[in-house]
Amino acid sequence: MSNEWPLWEIFIRGQHGMSHRHVGSLHAADEAGAIKNARDVYTRRNEGVSIWVVEARNITASSPSEKGPMYEPSESKVYRHPTFFDIPDDVGAM
Amino acid sequence: MYAQMIKSEATKDDPEKLATFQARIDAGDKIEPKDWMPEGYRKTLIRQIGQHAHSEIVGQLPEGNWITRAPTLERKAILLAKVQDEAGHGLYLYCAAETLGVTRDELTEMLLDGRMKYSSIFNYPTLTWADMGAVGWLVDGAAIMNQVPLQRTSFGPYARAMVRICKEESFHQRQGYDIMMKMANGTEAQKRMAQDALNRMWFPSLMMFGPSDAESVHSEQSMSWKIKMNGNDELRQKFVDQTVPQAEYLGLTVPDPDLKWNETKGGYDFTGPDWDEFFEVLKGNGPCNTERLAARNKAWDDGAWVREGLMAHAAKKRSAKMAAE
Ligand SMILES: [Fe+2]
Ligand SMILES: [Fe+2]
Repeated sequence: MSNEWPLWEIFIRGQHGMSHRHVGSLHAADEAGAIKNARDVYTRRNEGVSIWVVEARNITASSPSEKGPMYEPSESKVYRHPTFFDIPDDVGAM
Repeated sequence: MYAQMIKSEATKDDPEKLATFQARIDAGDKIEPKDWMPEGYRKTLIRQIGQHAHSEIVGQLPEGNWITRAPTLERKAILLAKVQDEAGHGLYLYCAAETLGVTRDELTEMLLDGRMKYSSIFNYPTLTWADMGAVGWLVDGAAIMNQVPLQRTSFGPYARAMVRICKEESFHQRQGYDIMMKMANGTEAQKRMAQDALNRMWFPSLMMFGPSDAESVHSEQSMSWKIKMNGNDELRQKFVDQTVPQAEYLGLTVPDPDLKWNETKGGYDFTGPDWDEFFEVLKGNGPCNTERLAARNKAWDDGAWVREGLMAHAAKKRSAKMAAE
């Protein structure tokens, strides 16, 4: 239906200085309505101190079928992880 | 359950893709909306999550019936919060269904014109305040039995909605049992009301799990897709085993003369519900089917001017902003 309220993706920052996390989506006519609805739908038990709303159609997502080529550059570079290097115990904490 | 008699769709997909898909599920992978999935998986899930969502929404009506007549201000505030949670559950689930390519309005319209169902339990009336106790204790109790394992279902958005819902359900069941304790320990008249509520809600609660697995043709496919996690009889048994001692604690009698502990199976033997009645309720002939659908249709129609007005306001604000830029 053409006149359906658009879909918004909702991101909420929990109590503890965490980053905003995607919690779900909802419908609202505009951004102000989306924030009000997000409060009622996703923070009924103090789950958040800050809400971000983004209209779902404005989100660009990577495609799951390209998972292989997309992440290949990081898979082949094991030396990016500290455990790649053997440091003798005698050196102490590093 | 909240989703009863879900027919699983046959699937006519590429066998190789199907095998890879099944292997992912068997390995415990979560399927996300943009991943490839069999058409049957997608359609079955829309039906199941949609029916589950509709049940949460229609399920507000029997309890909403008592908000204005709650015996104290505290009980009223608690019941209001409980019913508001159910609205939230409906919204989480509609969003999960929408990721499968159906719109919210389509889902709503399919409920309103009867193409999609909601749980049979909500077609029974709530006649006294004690019913608020019995509903929370038994109906939310039965829902929990089904929803806890669904947290591990294979479809990511559905599983995540279930995690949220399960966090809130325990409050629902406890507030119901709290009402039952008050009534069962109250005056003779209150105790009679509590017993009467249990008498009326017991068998409809057992129906929530759906007909015996022997008769449910579609569970096998849904089980292998991990969108149905347990058999109907298995969950019903678990519910009875958990609930009977709770009724005993209240000093109430489960309305089943044949109910008795079976030492060998380590569970109760009990009488199943009247399945003819169940199928009649599903067909639309339960005590409240007409009233429930009429209430949802009225709410949808009466709300049309609000939905349209807010959209018009949003469009006006947008064009004013564009003109200013
Ligand atoms: Fe619920
Ligand atoms: Fe509930």
